[in-house]
Order: sequence, then structure tokens, then C-alpha cells
Amino acid sequence: MIPPSFDYHAPDTLEEASRLLLANPEAKLLAGGHSLIPMMRFRLAEPAALVDLRRIPGLSGIREEGGSLCIGAMTCESALEKSDLVQSRYPLLADTTRVIADPVVRNLATVGGNVAHADPGNDHPATMLAYRASFVASGPSGRRTIAASDFFTGPFSTCLEEGEILTEIRIPEAGPGSGGAYQKFERKVGDYAVAAVAVQLQLDGGRVAGAGVALTNVGLTAIQAGAAEAALVGSDGGDAALDAAAEAAAAAADPADDHRGSADYKRAVVRVLTHRAASSALARAREAS
Amino acid sequence: MSSHQISVTINGEEHTREVEARLLLVHFIREELGLTGTHIGCDTTSCGACTVLLNGVPAKSCTVFAVAADGAEVTTVEGLGNGGLHPVQQGFTEKHGLQCGFCTPGMMLTSKALLEENPDPSEAEIRWGISGNLCRCTGYVNIVRAVQRASELMKENSDG
Repeated sequence: MIPPSFDYHAPDTLEEASRLLLANPEAKLLAGGHSLIPMMRFRLAEPAALVDLRRIPGLSGIREEGGSLCIGAMTCESALEKSDLVQSRYPLLADTTRVIADPVVRNLATVGGNVAHADPGNDHPATMLAYRASFVASGPSGRRTIAASDFFTGPFSTCLEEGEILTEIRIPEAGPGSGGAYQKFERKVGDYAVAAVAVQLQLDGGRVAGAGVALTNVGLTAIQAGAAEAALVGSDGGDAALDAAAEAAAAAADPADDHRGSADYKRAVVRVLTHRAASSALARAREAS
Repeated sequence: MSSHQISVTINGEEHTREVEARLLLVHFIREELGLTGTHIGCDTTSCGACTVLLNGVPAKSCTVFAVAADGAEVTTVEGLGNGGLHPVQQGFTEKHGLQCGFCTPGMMLTSKALLEENPDPSEAEIRWGISGNLCRCTGYVNIVRAVQRASELMKENSDG
């Protein structure tokens, strides 16, 4: 399958990339291309132009700075897998990157692309919601920081304005007593989730002081399950709290019947995965206390 | 529609061509350069038959535009052995790590990168490492043995 024709640009600066996007309303950004190129080959996307970000310096890298884990938007998934910092201190992120597509895809697929493509089946959006992450965007009117909870506006839609480019993901720095987990149920390696659940917890004196719970591929966007978070906060993380959180997460899911299962089945999967993810997150948070 | 002059080093040899922006790297390799060891399987980023090493890391060449590989170093199966058989090729030969052979070039390139990063992988690590490369013959048992044999051969070579 041959993609449709397009004009290709590989600018050296963000300013030039923004200018190209504004000048070509039908243009798309190209990062790792592992969502966009298959869509172009299926003719689900026919952008008149591609603006490749690969030549722009400073868009890749993983570092802790100013109270955040900062991940450049062009950082590939395999770099997260190989990062000692991510593996040792950010277990929710480490879990997530390991189950995105397959190892060969992860060598080119980018974190920023996974977020900005905003496919409800993508795994990073739920993880970023659970982490209370924020996104830095650069555009014609300068830079701004957007909370993950404001970012995803619909399937394949974000609040990015014309000419704006996601440049960095910021996750609150891991402190003592924090831990998380991502549980994904997939039919085979490389498939999108039947359902998946991200849980991030903060313990204080043996009790849950903060909780983030978010769901993948059971709605039009990733869903932050506020009632499930509320069921965990203030609890000791016992079975009753986990059961209540699991029920609340299942109720927050809004899945559709499709080839991956019925809506009822997917809600049941969310219930089980929430219990497992919360249980694993608790164990990790206790270890980090 | 735009066309661009690109230079890509494939198996150590630099090739400069004028290409249409939409030309995929796999088509550049197979049709422009006539290197047909890189296969096209699913055409949808799933099977890994088209895997090449792009700047040293396994990549599905059906999902990279040739123009975006400008300046890159690419290794295809033709460049794997340097005169003789690479230990990975030797391992696949000795352990019969193939049935129809269609997935084999991609399987071997992924295995080479895996072994360079992890010279002594467990069976689980090998299965995990090749999970982006599909064998429609389901010949995984011998593929895993072939990678284990390649690991031994690479260690023997480095010891010697």
C-alpha cells in the first residue's frame, strides 16, 4: 500500500516548524511515524504536507529537573525502557512503555507522538492522567504548559492550537512513598488494549494520601476515574478500598461493543485490572517508603 | 508532492538518489537498490519481515519514509555476514531456525541487535525480544534455539 503524495519538510527549528504548520493547514507533524504512516497507507489520513521534527535539536531526552521528570516529546519508547531513572523510580511509566506495540516499533515510536496522536487506544494518555502530568507546547504565541486533564478533547483530538507543537512531557518527580502500575489486557503483543488501567499512589504514614486512576480504550478518550481515586484516598489500601475503587472504575468506563469484546465484558476487565494495578501500585509505594 | 535528493549508507555503501517523499524505505531498498533480502509481509507495521537496522537499531522499514532516512546507516540481511556467515546466520543454519524463510531476514537482524545488547539472554528474553517479528510457520522453538546458538558462537568469537 502506497501512501498518498505529500510535500515533505524537515525544518531545523521549532519556529520554522510552527510557521510551516500555519502555512499548510492540511499539514501533519511527523515524529516516529508509527501511527501516522500506517494511517496514510490505509488512506485514513491524507495530509497535504508532513513536517518532520527529526532535525530539531533538544526534543529528546529524559531528566529530572525542577520537581519533574521531563521527557522530550521525540524520546522513543525504547529509551524509556532502557532508562535506569525510569525503571527505578517511575514504575507506572516503565510498565506502560513495555506494553506499547512491540519492541521493534518502540525503537522509533515516540512518547510525544503517543500522547499527541490522542488515539483512545494509546497507552500513554491514561498513564499521564494518573500521574497528573503536564505537557509543554510551543507555538506562534510562545510556550505554554497544559495539564493532562485539559489536553485530550476527543478521539484523535487535543487542545493544541494551530501551529502548536508538543515539546515536553512533565511528570511530578517521584518522592518517598510513591508508586504506580499499569495493567493492560491485550489479545496479542502489539494489539491495542481490550482495556488497560493506570494507577499512581502516594502513601503518607501507611494511608493513601493521593491517587490517580485512569483507563485506556474504554471511551472516546482516556478516562480519569475520579470516583475510583476518591475510594482510595484516605484508605489504608485494604481489600475494601480496592474493591470500591475497582467498582468505581468499572462504572466510569464507557466502552463500546466491538471485535475486542462486549461493553459489559470490557467493564468487567476494567474492574479486575483496577484491582490488580492498585494492589501492585500499593506494594511498590510501600517499597519506596 | 515533493521529491528530494537523499544519501543513505546501506551495508557500508553510500547511495544517492532522487526520491518522491512518499517512497517508503523498504521500497527504496528493494526496488531502487535491488536488495530483495528485505521482505514485505503484512505491509501494516505488524509482522517485522521488513526489519532492517536503522542506525544500529531494528526498525520496520515499511513504516519509515526513505526521505526521513537521509544520512542514515542501514544494514540489511545482505550486509549481515562480512564475507562469511554472521554468528546469527550460523546459528539459524545449525538449529534450522526457519521453515519457509520469509521472516528470517528480519528475525536475524532483530536477533543481532538483541545479542549485542544482551549477549546471554534467557529464553524469555529472546521470546520477548523477537515479539515484534512474526513467524507464520510458528517455528519459534527452533528460532529461539538458533538465537541461543548464536549467543554461544558470539561468546566463543569474543573469547577467542
